[in-house]
This record gives sequence, C-alpha cells and structure tokens, in this order.
Amino acid sequence: MNQNLYRKRLWTNRIGISLSMAAMVLGLSVLLWILFVLFKNGFAALDLNMFTQSTPAPGSEGGGLANAIVGSLMLVGFATLISTPIGILAGVYLAEFGNRSRIAELTRFMTDIMLSAPSIVLGLFVYAIIVAQVKQFSGWAGTVALALIAIPVVLRTTENMLRLVPGSLREAAYALGAPQWKVATMVTLRAAKSGVVTGVLLALARVSGETAPLLFTALNNQFFSMDMTKPMSNLPVVIFQFAMSPYDNWIRLAWGGALLITLTVLVLNILARVIFREKISQ
Amino acid sequence: MSTSPAGGGMLDARRLDAKNSQGDGSMQLSSNESGLRDETRLKIVRKQRIQDFFFHKITFSFSLVVLVALIGILISLLISAWPAFKKFGIDFIWTVQWDIVNDDFGAAIAIFGTLSSAAIAVLIAVPLSFGIALFLTETCPTWLRRPLGTAIELLAAVPSIIYGMFGLFIFAPLFAEYGQPALQSTLGQMPIFAPLFGGAMNGIGILAAGLILAFMVLPFIAAVMRDVFEIVPSILRESAYGVGCTTWEVVRHIVLPYAQQGVIGGIMLGLGRALGETMAVTFVIGNSQRISASLFSPGSSIASTLANEFGEADDFHLSTLFALGFLLFVITFIVLALAKILIIRTERAKGLQT
Repeated sequence: MNQNLYRKRLWTNRIGISLSMAAMVLGLSVLLWILFVLFKNGFAALDLNMFTQSTPAPGSEGGGLANAIVGSLMLVGFATLISTPIGILAGVYLAEFGNRSRIAELTRFMTDIMLSAPSIVLGLFVYAIIVAQVKQFSGWAGTVALALIAIPVVLRTTENMLRLVPGSLREAAYALGAPQWKVATMVTLRAAKSGVVTGVLLALARVSGETAPLLFTALNNQFFSMDMTKPMSNLPVVIFQFAMSPYDNWIRLAWGGALLITLTVLVLNILARVIFREKISQ
Repeated sequence: MSTSPAGGGMLDARRLDAKNSQGDGSMQLSSNESGLRDETRLKIVRKQRIQDFFFHKITFSFSLVVLVALIGILISLLISAWPAFKKFGIDFIWTVQWDIVNDDFGAAIAIFGTLSSAAIAVLIAVPLSFGIALFLTETCPTWLRRPLGTAIELLAAVPSIIYGMFGLFIFAPLFAEYGQPALQSTLGQMPIFAPLFGGAMNGIGILAAGLILAFMVLPFIAAVMRDVFEIVPSILRESAYGVGCTTWEVVRHIVLPYAQQGVIGGIMLGLGRALGETMAVTFVIGNSQRISASLFSPGSSIASTLANEFGEADDFHLSTLFALGFLLFVITFIVLALAKILIIRTERAKGLQT
C-alpha cells in the first residue's frame, strides 16, 4: 500500500518534470526553427543590390531594398529622438516626484496597458488625427505612431532603473543644497544611465519590427524618398506587401528584408541585456 | 505629499530638506561666514526654486502624454466610427454580415475570428508556459537559467511579421500535409469534435492562426509566471520539501496556489496580446469574411480586417473599420487592465510578506 503510494507520487513527479522539460525544448526549438528558416532564405536573398537599388516593379527581376532600408532608419531614428526625452522625463517624474500621488499611479497603470495595447489601434489613432486631417500619408505620421509605441517602454524602464538608485545618493546631494532638478538630472539619472540606455535600446528593438501602425501612416513608397512629409517606404510594410505577392522576386526580397529586421532586433535586444547586466554586476 | 498639489509638493520637499539638515541651511542664510551676502544667497535659492518649479512642471506634463494619448485614442476612434455606430446601432456587434458592395456591415465575423484564434492560442500557450516557468524556477541548473530564460524572451522579441512569414511559407504547408490530416483522423472522428476538424485542409485558417499566436504569446505568459513563481517565499518551498514533497507536489500545491492571481494575470496578459496581434494573424488566418464551424476554414480577425481593407476603403467603409478598431481597443483594454490588477495584487502580497 505504502509502496504503491510512493511509487505513484514518484511517477507523477517524473512525468510532470519531463513534460515541463518537453515544453522548454519545444519553445527553444521553435525559436531555432524560425531563425534557421530565416537565415537560410535570408542569406540566399542577400546581395549588394539589396542595399543599393530601390524596390523593383511588380513582376520584374532584380532590384533591392535601399529605399525601404533608408526609410526605416529615418522613421525609427526620428521616433527614437522624439520618444527618448519624453519617456525619460516622464519616468523621472514618476520615480522622483509622483511617488504616491493618484495621477502618478494612474499614469503607471495606463503605461503598462499601453505597453501591450494593439499597435494597429495606435495606427488608426494617428491616421485619424494626422493623416485624415492633412489628407496625406507621411513619414511624420509614421514617426508619431512609432514614438507612441516607444514612449511607454522608455518610461517604464527609466522609472524602474531610477528606483534602483539608493536613496542615500539623493539625500547626500540634497544635503549639499542641490536643487531637485540637479539631483534628478546630474545624480540619479547619471547613476541609472546604463539602465536608461537599456530602455531606449529595447524601445528601438520593439519599434523596428512594428508593421501594423505604419500601414495607415507612412504607407509605402515605391521610389527612393527622404521627404518626411510624403509617404515613406519602410522595411516592414515592404515585407508585408512583397511576401503576400505572387512574384518570386518579391518574395525573395521579403526574406532578405525579414533577415535584416530580425538581426537588428535580436542584436539590439542582446546588447540591451549585456549593458544591463554589466550595470548589475558593478 | 500625496494629497498636496504638484507645486506644493515641491515646496514641502524643500522645507523637508531644510529640516533634514537640522536648521543648518537657514542658519547659514543669515551668517556671512562664507563671504556671500544674504541677498546673493537668497537670489540663488530663489533661482533654484524657480528652476525646480519648471522642472517639476515639465516632467509632470510629459508624464501626462501617455494618459492623454489613451484618452485621445478612445475619443478619436469613437468620432471616426460614429457614422457606422449611428447607422447600425448596438446591433453592429452581433450582425453576421460583411458586405462591402452594399455597405452592410456587422462586426460578428471579425469578433468571432479574433476571440477564437486568441482562445486557441491561450489554450495551447498556457500549459507550455507553465512547463517552461516550472523548469526555469525549479529544475533548471542555475548556470543554465539565464541563457534559457533569455532565449525564451528572444522569442518575444522576434517581430510579428516574421511569425507571419514563417507561418505562411513554412508552417502552413507542413500543417496541411501532416497536422490537419492527423487531427481529422483522430479528434475529427469523435462525435463532439467532428465539425471542428472538417472541411478543406490547406494549412491556413483559424486553427493555424491560433497555433502561430500561441508561440507569440508564450514568452509573455512564461515571463510573468516565472516572476510570480519566484515571489513565493523560499521558506514555504523549503518546508514543503522538508516534509518530503516531490518537486511536482511543491509546484502543484504550494507555488501554484500562492501565485494564483499572478498566474491568471499572466494568462490575461497573453490573451490581451493575442487579441490585438495583427501581422502574424493576417498572414495565416485566410482573410475570408465568414463564420464556419470548422477550425480549418479561413476566417478573419478584427486586426486582419483592418490591415487588409483599410487601404481600399471609402468613407463609410472606413468608418466601420474604425468601429472595429474601437471595439478591439475596448476589449483589449478590459483584458489588460484585469491582468494588471491581478499581477499588482500578487506583488503586493510579496510586499506584505517581506
């Protein structure tokens, strides 16, 4: 009797643990499978033309992604320029001033929701307030949509990192008679610098792969253009359009673009983790 | 400080600082020891106070950006969707109709596709994430914890359009050749499940979308589960091991009940993600505006309808798309808010413990 019970418990445990390992293996193999497929098809498509020529017309051979790459860089770059100061200063407010106030609690809660909110809805929003008003898809509209996605990421990381700064550091600065703004910008923010950089990198990674909000804002542009007031070509939308097309050449380019984007995102993510880890081990 | 207005809070802090230095500051103000005149000192203090005032206001206004954006989203979507809501009324939500030619629209097809694909995703992702979280917190060797945890988190970093391409070009053909026939010949033969697994097997459809979504939301659920599992006080865990519990029993009877709310929060978070996911779903759901009993048949979700039809929509059609977007936002907002509340509660419990 006792022996049976013992055996039953032992086997339940063994089965449970093996199933959990199987889940882990499955998760890892899906990641590896996706990366393998991406590298195989992506590297086959990669050549110099991809970086020097613009997107080809439907059904034609050759061409590249130069206009989409430049467009993506500009959109993501401007979005980072807009969202970084806003996110950091808002994070400073939440961490340093709005400790327990109602409005700060509410902001924190809403920011967490915005972190997971469907990005396509943000695209609709920017379409309604910008594109529908000026009656023109534009790079700026895309930038605003991406910045709206990036701000919550920067904000929350900044706040969390500032909270890790020991209070004694603040008190020491106050005791020397430093005003609050100097304490915040020159003491705590400086102490949390690498953490804040992590946040910016993560936001950058998140934004570089976003497709849905760009469909309604920056749209696409078949030609090379650096005019932010006009529709702007960008990698995610080009990949979407090309991958859904029946043309082999377009599908090949879509794989190439997919590889570029994924590599960028993964490198940014790993970089952010390395910087953050160095900070922790200090 | 919690109830005083923003400006007052700042002044309080200044006063507090003066108190902290036990009056030294105010005494120095009236003494001339360091060679500075009172007036100069006062001027500096006043200047710093003004600077602080503006710094405070600026950071405060930036922190409002998110709130303003959220309210702006709701209002602007509602305004743009108004023509559609006015014409169809509340019936819009459960009308099974999507007729672009005759301008006759209902949201039921898209809502059905959204909910069913997200439900499939969560059903598959929850046991898998539970297993991963269990492995990472209980059985994994310490040196492997970080690399494996990072690998799972990288699964979340892969852009959704990549999942879409992977689903369409790699997964769908394999699923049509092996997965769907296998399902049809097993579950499809049982009386209740039979209608779910009937119909043509071409690899894309609601089930395929749910499967791809499952691997997209898995890292989010697993990350939350791992975090709340780690919150469980080690004394509880060790006591259970001490009386001879197996690892499985510790997780099942100690860790899981303790972290219950957080786990549910994590699941809701995954659900919220799955509901609003666009690109991956658009690639594999099949994009057809109809409801069918079979999970193999193509359908469409709110997000995929938006992504596909927005470009060619005229005025009224556009308004119905905004109405869909509004519904999606409201649904995900509720789900995510619930998730957040549950996770916060679990973390509060940890705060009380320590």
